[in-house]
Amino acid sequence: MPISLNVNGAVRQVDADPDTPLLWVVREDLGLTGTKYGCGIAQCGACTVHLDGAPLRSCSAPVSAAAGRKLTTIEGLSSRAAKAVQKAWVELDVVQCGYCQSGQIMQATALLERNARPSDRDIDQAMAGNICRCATYHRIRAAIHAASKQLSA
Amino acid sequence: MMRAAYRSATVRALGSVLSLFVAGAAAAQPVTLQAPGTFDALQDRQERSRALFVEAGKVLQSPRCLNCHPKGDRPTQGADMHPHEPWVVRGADGHGASGLQCTTCHQAANFGPSNVPGHPTWHLAPASMAWQQQSLGQICVQLKDRRRNGGKTLAQIQEHMAHDALVGWGWSPGGDRAPAPGTQEQLGALVQAWIDSGAACPAP
Repeated sequence: MPISLNVNGAVRQVDADPDTPLLWVVREDLGLTGTKYGCGIAQCGACTVHLDGAPLRSCSAPVSAAAGRKLTTIEGLSSRAAKAVQKAWVELDVVQCGYCQSGQIMQATALLERNARPSDRDIDQAMAGNICRCATYHRIRAAIHAASKQLSA
Repeated sequence: MMRAAYRSATVRALGSVLSLFVAGAAAAQPVTLQAPGTFDALQDRQERSRALFVEAGKVLQSPRCLNCHPKGDRPTQGADMHPHEPWVVRGADGHGASGLQCTTCHQAANFGPSNVPGHPTWHLAPASMAWQQQSLGQICVQLKDRRRNGGKTLAQIQEHMAHDALVGWGWSPGGDRAPAPGTQEQLGALVQAWIDSGAACPAP
């Protein structure tokens, strides 16, 4: 079934069953492979995208949920908060294997767009659903604080 | 096909976690609710009223309801009511912390491929309506207390139990989750009969 999606600011047409997990459509039909499959059961956060600016685990939503709404993937992040997050991630050398990091960056960006000065508790609560097997958590936390400082400057 | 690969990988991930639960659910018989008339034999009005509430309590104290009526700020999940994974909290209004709202994972309907339950108004009951670690008598007192039940009259409580759509999700939980006992209509009838008989509470 043809579905029209607004993806990273551009209108894209896909032909998919409306119940197809959004993650599969993003990766296969749209070719946007920055968003990762980690578990398929909303336990790891690697599949995080933004829908109308709110974080969404794309493995756990049908593509029909994105119809008529603004979908943003890691490839399309462009907000002031997103740029601060990306800069901090690079400066603090957060990434090890990188697999979880698209989801981490999407989630951290969503947090800072809602709360530009998060406490450690705020970071705990917002990032709890994003798992990192390389255990870069301390660097993720430091980078969120660094991005927050930049946003407040 | 990549889609087949995703599905089989997801099923493997689910299977290793859920195989025991699936086996358990398949073996369990659905729990039924007795009709209000069953309790007419109880001559004493208060005793009959309490018995009606105990019957309704089979729903109120089922995991489908208790999981979202937690004592603290973290919901529980599953038939064994283990702490919700990942760690999530009620936030300012029961819809989750800023940046990690319930809707990050829970969509408008149950979603088969991820086995994540869903409903358009997915959220936690307020802290004043914590039912976990409460006896049925204590739950009954809380339900009647307008300071703790959202200001509802008994009629509004009955309306909520009988017709609220998120309450109704408890009977269509999807996946391998066992539904609440009986039906929402039967619960509504029991609660109405309880109210009509004086809304007596079991001992705390």
